[in-house]
Amino acid sequence: MATVITLKKQPYSFVGPVSAAAGGFAGLFVGTAQGSGLLGIILGATLMAGLAYGLMTLDLPRKTVRLGIAAVFAAVGFLLSGPMGLIIGALFGAFFGWFPAWLADGKYRASLPPYLTAREVLWHYTFRIICGLIFFFLIAPIVVVMPLSFNAENFFTFTPEMLRLDPDGYSLKHYQDFFQSNDWQAALRNSLTIAPVATLLSVSFGTLAAIGLSQPHVPFRQVIMAILISPMIVPLIISAAGMYFFYSRIGLQGTYLGVVLAHAALGIPFVIITVTATLVGFDRSLTRAAANMGANPVTTFFRVQMPLILPGVISGGLFAFITSFDEVVVVLFVGSASQKTLPWQMFIGLREQISPTILAVATILVCLSIALLTTLELLRRRSERLRGMSPG
Amino acid sequence: MADATNTNAGAHADDATGPVLAADGSPLKSSLNKALRAQKLRALALIAPLLIFVMVTFIAPIVDMLFRSVENQIVSETLPRTVAELGDWDATSETLPDDDVYAALYYDLFIAAEYKNHTRLGSRLNYEQTGMSSMFRRVGRNVGDFGELYLDQFEDLDERWDEEADWAALMAHPGYLEDAAEWRDNRDADRIDPRDTPAPRFRLAPGIADLLPQTAQAYSQYAEFMRTEEQETADEDQPWTLVDTMLYNDLMAASEADIAAYSGPMADALQAAHAAVPEFETATLKELFIESDDEWANLDNWATIKVYAPNYTSGYFLTAVDMKLGPDGMVSQPEDQQIYGLLFKRTLFMSMAITISCILLGYPVAWLLANLPMRSANLLMILVLLPFWTSLLVRTSAWKVMLQQQGVINDVLVWLGVVGDGDRLIMINNQFGTIVAMTHILLPFMILPLYSVMQTIPPTYLRAAKSLGATPFTAFWRVYFPQSVPGIGAGSILVFILAIGYYITPEIVGGTSGTFISNRIAYHISSSLNWGLAAALGTILLGAVLILYWAYDRIVGIDNVKLGG
Repeated sequence: MATVITLKKQPYSFVGPVSAAAGGFAGLFVGTAQGSGLLGIILGATLMAGLAYGLMTLDLPRKTVRLGIAAVFAAVGFLLSGPMGLIIGALFGAFFGWFPAWLADGKYRASLPPYLTAREVLWHYTFRIICGLIFFFLIAPIVVVMPLSFNAENFFTFTPEMLRLDPDGYSLKHYQDFFQSNDWQAALRNSLTIAPVATLLSVSFGTLAAIGLSQPHVPFRQVIMAILISPMIVPLIISAAGMYFFYSRIGLQGTYLGVVLAHAALGIPFVIITVTATLVGFDRSLTRAAANMGANPVTTFFRVQMPLILPGVISGGLFAFITSFDEVVVVLFVGSASQKTLPWQMFIGLREQISPTILAVATILVCLSIALLTTLELLRRRSERLRGMSPG
Repeated sequence: MADATNTNAGAHADDATGPVLAADGSPLKSSLNKALRAQKLRALALIAPLLIFVMVTFIAPIVDMLFRSVENQIVSETLPRTVAELGDWDATSETLPDDDVYAALYYDLFIAAEYKNHTRLGSRLNYEQTGMSSMFRRVGRNVGDFGELYLDQFEDLDERWDEEADWAALMAHPGYLEDAAEWRDNRDADRIDPRDTPAPRFRLAPGIADLLPQTAQAYSQYAEFMRTEEQETADEDQPWTLVDTMLYNDLMAASEADIAAYSGPMADALQAAHAAVPEFETATLKELFIESDDEWANLDNWATIKVYAPNYTSGYFLTAVDMKLGPDGMVSQPEDQQIYGLLFKRTLFMSMAITISCILLGYPVAWLLANLPMRSANLLMILVLLPFWTSLLVRTSAWKVMLQQQGVINDVLVWLGVVGDGDRLIMINNQFGTIVAMTHILLPFMILPLYSVMQTIPPTYLRAAKSLGATPFTAFWRVYFPQSVPGIGAGSILVFILAIGYYITPEIVGGTSGTFISNRIAYHISSSLNWGLAAALGTILLGAVLILYWAYDRIVGIDNVKLGG
């Protein structure tokens, strides 16, 4: 877009009321928290209207003014409710120092097509706010867990000390509990002995079968695919029930092997799906070329095909690993007390004796999933790069 | 397909210039076919290990579950004679079964009580008719004493009727007695472990089965019980009182000449007993049973036994849909016991509510992601993928923390003064809690398919609609929305399939009113131990999921399942 959009300065008749409305809205919350909502609205609205007027009439350097307002708000916040108030005040100040100026300079239209009507612009920002709230809904539960896991008390909620950012309100005792409790350590050990073996099983069988499935002529391809994908489709409780009945018939119920086999079966669809997806982009002339140059099928597989599909195999493996590592329904039925995994222990913790150690474990698991997510993303990029190199 | 083309090509070549030959001189057609077959075989050989693995570890359990939902051998295995006798009894006739049935029941229950199988049968039948468990348990305690009457009277005639050795001499083959003595010596000297080397198999004395058929059968069963359950031989203990009762029956039926013709061990005692039995004090088994528990005079209980006598039953499925198998076919359960219909309806309703909230929350987000520049979309995508990758239990525990009465949301609301400290909102252990938590958990499954569909809709369409004079809403509703419907369909079915079978989250945040059918299945497996009903409920749920899955395959195609964007 080569057109230069000139930003129009907005009159106070627009900036003032909008700023006042925003101020009133914020004032409502601060006011109710401090005792009187109505007073908060009035104070907030007047303050913002005045602020907007000041900003528009006095032509001061914007940056300095913003910093100044943030500092003043922070100071007021600190006086009202300590260190936490300082942070909240600074955030509020930064926003309200910026907001009237943003409106007044017309910058809010900068990224939008110039032909939009005022209502459309309003809808655009309302929509953004709605989306923001949905993202907040998605991420808030996970974020809330983290600070709570450092709680010094055995509560599942923020204590006044925590809100005051008092160091005494925080401790690592739940982490200590996790690392010192026999139950949790045994559970961690079980998870770490079950998941890798199950992953290994599903990856080795799954990769082989995915290569078979991507051959040009496979009889009954649809049926085979449906069978192999079925562990992902069938609800876990049904898989768990069936496995419980069947494995107790053949003596696998309550054994390590039983749990590993069950988890391997659950992980297989993920391996099949990711590896076949990688193989779709695989150039068959490479294997033919390798064969042409005298490589036997095994060498071809390990030296030519494997390195190219490796990202797919690894991400399938990661899926299988996380499936097993995260799985609780099937292990609850197929396993016995000596196969108690981490999710199982958490499940018991949530149902019976509620202890914040669960939150510490949850935080560790969130960090683990962030690591996994990053790995997967890097693998995806690598896979794309590799495919870009291969001809066709 | 490939086959057909090859054959056609080959046939064509035949017509024109005679058979086309491959390098090795064989016809090209057959050599192509051979190559194709080899290719197919290679593909199958690669798939086979996994296919077998999945068949054994996954498909077999599912089939086993389907089988269990109709399986009902326990009645006919535990009470074989009773079931046979009951064949003639009409359950709707308002009269109790006749004495033959009670006699058969005595025989069956005596053995079941010795093997301690009667309580299992009792709990099985108790699922269908309450009170039957205690009826079997009580009679199981008494049934051993029913024959005391005859034992005492035989014993008064001749002390030898109380001696295990004499009984064994009468009933057992001399060869068996020798083997038994030798085995006993070895066992007592600890030369063998009775668990590894069981006692010798019992053999009847020659001719005794013709002379005293019922006694011989009962004694054989006693001997088998001693061998397998007690690791002892038949002559180590007094036979069951069942044997005495059978002896009484046999002697009543036997002719004087047959008894007189017998000349083996205990011949004199048998003759004396035969002469005395007509004078014996007797008791009818029917009265003994009813005396031990008057539930045995209850027609409903007998009807239940008869209805559940076959090896396969539709009873579990009927229970799962709030019906019952009665003597005259299927009947509805009484209103107050219809819980499964309610549970299925609730599961459907809540899954639907979750799906709809996922659409409402997922659609704007997917739209935003699809219309933002690549860089910021990728950044925001992390916010969607992070919950997707986070452990299910972490998210469930997070919601428990958030929704509790002393939890984060209530604290914030109280702090803001929206609700008073006294009346904090109850948001957990009810349907609301389940719906909120599961919407959060399943939302990524809605956003990802929606996003991938929306990415393919060119933004120029919307602009074209607007330039033709459509209002923004009309442009969205008439142009954009119809194109995004496949995404909504795919996401909805995915979310619905996942929601309908959820167990963990409803279990933790659902309380009693927010639980699903899957929680009931788990309850029947681990608490009430009614596995057949669990299997039937599971089968119905599986059927529903498979239909949905079929629809998903139709709309999206299973090959298009994508993971994590």
